[in-house]
Amino acid sequence: MAALLSLENVDVHYGAIHALRGVSFEVNEGQIVTLIGANGAGKTTTLRAVSCMLQPTSGTVRYQGQSLAGQKAHQLVARGLCHAPEGRGIFPQLTVHENLLLGAFLRRDKAGIAADAEKGFALFPRLKEREKQLAGTLSGGEQQMLAIARALMARPKLLLLDEPSLGLAPQVTETIFRIIEDINKQGVTILLVEQNAHLALGIAHQGYVLETGTVVKSGPGAELLKSPEIREAYLGE
Amino acid sequence: MTEFLQHIINGLSVGAIYALIALGYTMVYGVLKLINFAHGDVFMVGAMMAFYTSSKWSSEAQHPTIGGAVLIAVISMAICGLIGFVIERVAYRPLRSAPRINSLITAIGVSFFIEYGGQVVFGPTPNAFGILPPLPPVQVGGLSIGAVDIITMAVALALMFGLQRIVFHTRLGTAMRAVSHNPDVAALMGVNVDFIISFTFVLGSVLAAAAGILFASKYPSVQPLMGLMPGLKAFVAAVIGGIGNVPGAMVGGLLLGLIEQLVSGYFSSQWKDAVAFALLILILLVKPSGLLGRATAEKV
Ligand SMILES: Nc1ncnc2c1ncn2[C@@H]1O[C@H](COP(=O)(O)OP(=O)(O)OP(=O)(O)O)[C@@H](O)[C@H]1O
Ligand SMILES: [Mg+2]
Repeated sequence: MAALLSLENVDVHYGAIHALRGVSFEVNEGQIVTLIGANGAGKTTTLRAVSCMLQPTSGTVRYQGQSLAGQKAHQLVARGLCHAPEGRGIFPQLTVHENLLLGAFLRRDKAGIAADAEKGFALFPRLKEREKQLAGTLSGGEQQMLAIARALMARPKLLLLDEPSLGLAPQVTETIFRIIEDINKQGVTILLVEQNAHLALGIAHQGYVLETGTVVKSGPGAELLKSPEIREAYLGE
Repeated sequence: MTEFLQHIINGLSVGAIYALIALGYTMVYGVLKLINFAHGDVFMVGAMMAFYTSSKWSSEAQHPTIGGAVLIAVISMAICGLIGFVIERVAYRPLRSAPRINSLITAIGVSFFIEYGGQVVFGPTPNAFGILPPLPPVQVGGLSIGAVDIITMAVALALMFGLQRIVFHTRLGTAMRAVSHNPDVAALMGVNVDFIISFTFVLGSVLAAAAGILFASKYPSVQPLMGLMPGLKAFVAAVIGGIGNVPGAMVGGLLLGLIEQLVSGYFSSQWKDAVAFALLILILLVKPSGLLGRATAEKV
């Protein structure tokens, strides 16, 4: 099976800081792939390199078989690559509805957009009640729901999620993870960055462990979940 | 009472012009966090272009008609839109990722370039301006309202209404507001941030040109430094309203115009500039984010 996304020896520098060192991994179509690692390991940086928010200093990111070198972030949305960034990145001064419309910025099919917004509301009924409210007035969990619903508005093929469980109550986190699985079952490939290694590995087909900018371990989610080193380092056992 | 109303009308008319210019400052600040000091000079170029199209390149100045005036205004606005586009492209875009002070200094440089370049190209002396046919003032009760004032208010109102529609009810406007909150995330939505910034400059410059023509019609002359004071006042108006806030710029402009006219009317016109800047200082002390500005600190 050809990989939908592949990274080959990707290096990223922030000035003098060497954030990624030869990162290589693949995301196959239809899968949930998770990237776990400690704070500062380079997870967010990896997603930024994939969505072209920054350019690698060396190495290649390929999406649908083509190198992304020189592409701009906004051009990738049209190709089905969507990134829900760390810290949710909702627009606090815009309404919930306007945030959703921005998710569908490149689409012109009004009816389809409206239908997808309703789908989002079906996933997260709380958003429906708050449709006209400024997004900044939503609770943290609701903002996370909005971030996911908004990313889906672009009808992504590949969805990058950066710590969707950040700051959420355990029950809400579980709901969000169930929804991520549902989204995946509907055919969206997912690259999931998480601190909550337990939940992430639990739903992932494939997992990669990042340590100081390097992939140190990989394997099917269920397998990593059983690995003693992982349990010790990331599951606090 | 009639005297008071007369001052109010005058104030609204001057204020409408300030508001149109202030919108350009505030929109550019919104998307770039940059004070485009050259904005007042685009206002001047707008008036200048109307002067040239009317008196040098056509006979509009000799045989003015309403249709001709509209055509000339549209041409000048289009030229200024292009100039705004070029300014951003040439002067500001290469400095996008440089420290903000670099862009600020560049903005001052662009302003000087247009002002002194303007003196070379257009000549330093004032020229009489007129693109409108002579229209009688309108009498309402005991009030006599100048035709130019009515046109100024009507045109400004229409433009501001149009802008409000664009910013708050169109796809591009939503993208503008998104870019102003967070350009990186806006790009992740598929928004071409460079395009939105160019669009914002064009929009602001078109409004500045309209303001320039209205201003030149009200005080019927043009000269290359005519953008200085109105530009500065409009900047003050934008800050008073809350820089980065579109309705704020409208409110700030109208308020400043009103206060200036009331001060000139009841005290002395020599005081009006001092009062304008005193108002700025007061606002900065009491509510630094401006009347309609968000109280929250700038997001980082
Ligand atoms: N804009 C930046 N400028 C300089 N250094 C940065 C920048 N962004 C990230 N870094 C550094 O790069 C490294 C990787 O950061 P990154 O944000 O990718 O970590 P992360 O794995 O997402 O961590 P977390 O789990 O805390 O979100 C860190 O050492 C960080 O300090
Ligand atoms: Mg991170």
